[in-house]
Amino acid sequence: MNKLAGIMLTETSSPLIQWLWRGAMVLAAIILLTMYYDVFDYYEVGIVVLTAFGMALIGQNWMGIRWYIIVVGAISLFAIQRYGNDLAIANSDFFLNYMLASQSAFMWMSALFVMATVTYFAGLFLRSEFTQKVGTALTWSASAMGLIGLMVRWRESYLIGADVGHIPVSNLYEVFILFAIVTSILYLFYERRYQTRALGGFVLLIISSAVAFQLWYTFERQAHEIQPLVPALQSYWMKIHVPANFVGYGAFAMAAMIGVAYLLKSWRETVNPQGILATALPDKSVMDDLMYKAIALGFAFFTLATILGALWAAEAWGGYWSWDPKETWALIVWLNYAAWLHMRMTKGWHGVPMAWWAVIGLFVTIFAFLGVNMFLSGLHSYGTL
Amino acid sequence: MSETKPSPVSQKGFGQRLFLFLGSMDLAITLLLALAIASIIGTVLQQNQPYSDYLIKFGPFWFDLFESAGLYDVYSSIWFLSILVLLVTSTSVCVFRNGPTMLRDMWNLRTHVQRKSLKLMRHNATWLVDSPADETVTTLENRFSKLGFRVRQTPKTDEVLVSAMRGGMNRLGYLLTHLAIVVICLGGLMDSNLPLKFAEWQGKIKIETKDLPLSQIPAASKLPVGSQAFRGSVNIPEGQSASVAFLAMRDGYLVQNLPFKIEVKEFRIEHYATGQPKSFESDLVVYDDDLAEPLTKTIAVNHPLIYKGYAIYQASFSDGGSELSLEAWPLGSQAGSDPISFDTKVFERKKMEWGSNSSQLEITTFRLFNINPDPTEEEPSKVRNFGPSVEFKIRSSTGEALEYQNYMLPVPRNGRDFYLSGVRSSPADEFGYLYLPIDEQGGLEGFSHFVQRLHDKKVVEKMAHQMTLTTLKSVSNSDDKLAKSLQDTLIKLVDMFMAGGFANVTTFIETSLPEAERSTLGTAYLSMLREILARIYVDGLNLPDQQAPTETQLTFLQDAVDAIGSLPRYGSPVYFMLTDFEHIQASGLQIAHSPGKPVVYFGCAMLILGVFLLFYLPQRRFWALIKANGQQTDILLAGMSNRNPREFDGYFEQISNELKQTSGNSSSR
Ligand code: HEM
Repeated sequence: MNKLAGIMLTETSSPLIQWLWRGAMVLAAIILLTMYYDVFDYYEVGIVVLTAFGMALIGQNWMGIRWYIIVVGAISLFAIQRYGNDLAIANSDFFLNYMLASQSAFMWMSALFVMATVTYFAGLFLRSEFTQKVGTALTWSASAMGLIGLMVRWRESYLIGADVGHIPVSNLYEVFILFAIVTSILYLFYERRYQTRALGGFVLLIISSAVAFQLWYTFERQAHEIQPLVPALQSYWMKIHVPANFVGYGAFAMAAMIGVAYLLKSWRETVNPQGILATALPDKSVMDDLMYKAIALGFAFFTLATILGALWAAEAWGGYWSWDPKETWALIVWLNYAAWLHMRMTKGWHGVPMAWWAVIGLFVTIFAFLGVNMFLSGLHSYGTL
Repeated sequence: MSETKPSPVSQKGFGQRLFLFLGSMDLAITLLLALAIASIIGTVLQQNQPYSDYLIKFGPFWFDLFESAGLYDVYSSIWFLSILVLLVTSTSVCVFRNGPTMLRDMWNLRTHVQRKSLKLMRHNATWLVDSPADETVTTLENRFSKLGFRVRQTPKTDEVLVSAMRGGMNRLGYLLTHLAIVVICLGGLMDSNLPLKFAEWQGKIKIETKDLPLSQIPAASKLPVGSQAFRGSVNIPEGQSASVAFLAMRDGYLVQNLPFKIEVKEFRIEHYATGQPKSFESDLVVYDDDLAEPLTKTIAVNHPLIYKGYAIYQASFSDGGSELSLEAWPLGSQAGSDPISFDTKVFERKKMEWGSNSSQLEITTFRLFNINPDPTEEEPSKVRNFGPSVEFKIRSSTGEALEYQNYMLPVPRNGRDFYLSGVRSSPADEFGYLYLPIDEQGGLEGFSHFVQRLHDKKVVEKMAHQMTLTTLKSVSNSDDKLAKSLQDTLIKLVDMFMAGGFANVTTFIETSLPEAERSTLGTAYLSMLREILARIYVDGLNLPDQQAPTETQLTFLQDAVDAIGSLPRYGSPVYFMLTDFEHIQASGLQIAHSPGKPVVYFGCAMLILGVFLLFYLPQRRFWALIKANGQQTDILLAGMSNRNPREFDGYFEQISNELKQTSGNSSSR
């Protein structure tokens, strides 16, 4: 493809690869559906089909994600194979015990994310392209371990009992992992798109914080145990509402961390224009643009997620909107970003104030995600701390 | 972007100025943030709680103030709704003002642009091709069409303008997004309880605040069957039916009549192997004259029944008046000496007379399972089923009540079995537990018998006398006076113990004995007390001569003494043993009628579509001016996009390069 155009549009894959990829996704969906035909209900079938479709779409021009999906798929299948029908094998099987049982995979994920954060920052400060590339590789590996862990956990829940089995997005522990994975994949997408690795450390910092919280939560509350679903959560809406929400949260988190980088850069530029932060970080207009992109993406998915939540509420609680604290906080987050978008699109604000606002937005989002569960009582019972 | 330049304010009429103000971006952003902040209040202060709770929490002054500010039901308070209405108005005005431009923009290919303005665009390129002009025009048109653009050519004096556009639907995205807000809010309004508030304000209906049987609720608090929206709930015991729903309103409720009758055949809870609930289900039968035969359907959480536009949800469950058999075992002297059996029901109130005292027994709940953490297990996270329990209150004649929770089955603790009874004085407290030891026959007789003996003046006197004799035998210079005083002390110790447990005796020692003797005498008193208690117990066993009590009996004695020591704090003169039950549950149904729901859902679909169109379908325009230049042809290409300018940089390069290649480029730049 054209070299000039490549700056922004990046590589598009050759048509042959694109078709191969789409075919592979169709095939994978078919295999999965035949394998688990008897345990899936239609919504699960629908989800598999939509997932395959989505993966076919995002993978067609992005080599990284294609490898990611292939590797995660292959290793997850391998792990599930090792399990057979006996959960206890995890204690004796080398691969499961040290790497692939969900709990071990999550530990690897956590370690790799922390390493990636450190590496990205080292690369930034040493101005070493190579070190930053290592950061990218570590981030890919970390999110691969995370997703493998989730896949394996999904299977493990069925091994505990056919009626216990469920997709692992049902409690705070599981969604934290989802958050880490989604945020890192979003970041990797934009990293490739904008050809800059300098922001990696910043975005990974919030992921590492999430991972740290998650570890504390695991040890403190034995939160990692797989619990059966309470009746209110036994709904197919959950399976799409939660992931959609986390694309939103992930994107908002990324926007805020880019905001932090933006603010740092503006500050260093006034203090020491030749310093590392002032020069090594991407152009401010690039960061500004990225921040907007991330918030727009987050807003779109958050809108979708909130509406899915309303549809679910209509079935579980008897009304699509009950002004339950969690719902209300979702609305607050949404209104806040709607105001942000208007400010930028129609009043043309950008730069420092918008970066601050993006950072504040993250605090509002964190409150909606965690604070509500900790401090306010309501109908959302899945994640009491 | 579409802000109109403010013209001198004075030249415009009030209406026009208001219109401009309402449609202004500043107002829109202010309202978005105002709504966000206002929403916080309702999440910080728990909404729609019983008013008495608020009164206790805030005190009368703040209670009144908060009430008049509508803080107990923020989301339907006037000020909150006003913000919402303003936002909807502002959005409508905005759509009204921008709509026409947007619609035009969606289709219009802009064929009137001049060379000068094209040259001023950020993205433009010029090049020369060898092919003739008309051929170039066709090639370019084809190329644009292939790339998914709508194209039109406009002949100008000595040149041809090719206008191309893609992503016009982006503008539709704007319209959908903003109209969706209006539609969703209108749908929400249709489902709100505003009409009820209005009717109440007009005095047509009256909120009932007292807990009355259905037949006694006045007509002014009942709402007829109609098309209005409501969300209410009703508890129906198994085997019974209802044709109303109760709507919670502020500190009371209204009764909504339904056009059908719902019977609950059975309510079920299923459990996972670990004990957590797996499903809540009710078998319902709906009776309606419009039905050829009654409709049967099982509902569960997440699986409501929708009938005639009324949605019936499984919301909760409670006891439906389970029938219970109880035995009252006396613990104090005033309650007689033998257990009394009687039957009662959950929610029943019974008068009880004990000597001169009378009090009221109020059965509050029966629970079939009590799956609680097991305190005796090593792992506190392990749960165990403690079996059925009954909860009740005993209300004294002064109105104060203690709350009790009695388990039907004995609970093992340290290898022995006990009847467990919890007591507390307020729902905010944890239960404190009384452990009643079970005798060798597996019942409460042993314990009860021991308690009776301790209350029996004659027995205590006799045993005190015996103990005095034994004790003084080893003392050489004893006399009658000493014997008398020792005997009296023993009786007094037992009395004190029965009245207030060991704590009472200790207090006595600390307050009445001279400090010098306190430690020696105090210890002596306590061991004397223990001994006489043991003697009374062992004597009651009627063991054959010389036979010592067994280890088991001694352990029982220890447990019994512990239990008796805490009886004074237990507060009830009897222990109610649950002997039999017939479990009857009530299913808590939520019934909703929301005519606005389809409207809201339609709005939601618009919103999602609109947002994605706005963000991900950039509107891109290209213009190519083609002019013959001798044998060759001059091309001026310009382009713009309404979003993603950065991405468009690359896109423009890509398109112009492609066009240069396909149109047979000879010399660019
Ligand atoms: C709850 C209320 C509202 C919501 C959720 C909402 C949502 C949105 C969204 C998501 C965008 C796209 C922003 C972007 O492209 O990044 C947008 C754009 C816009 N909104 Fe709103 N909006 C609301 C109210 C209003 C009001 C009251 C006005 C009028 C004053 C308004 C005027 C605009 C304009 C002019 C645009 C730019 C459209 C464009 O050219 O792309 N909005 N709005």
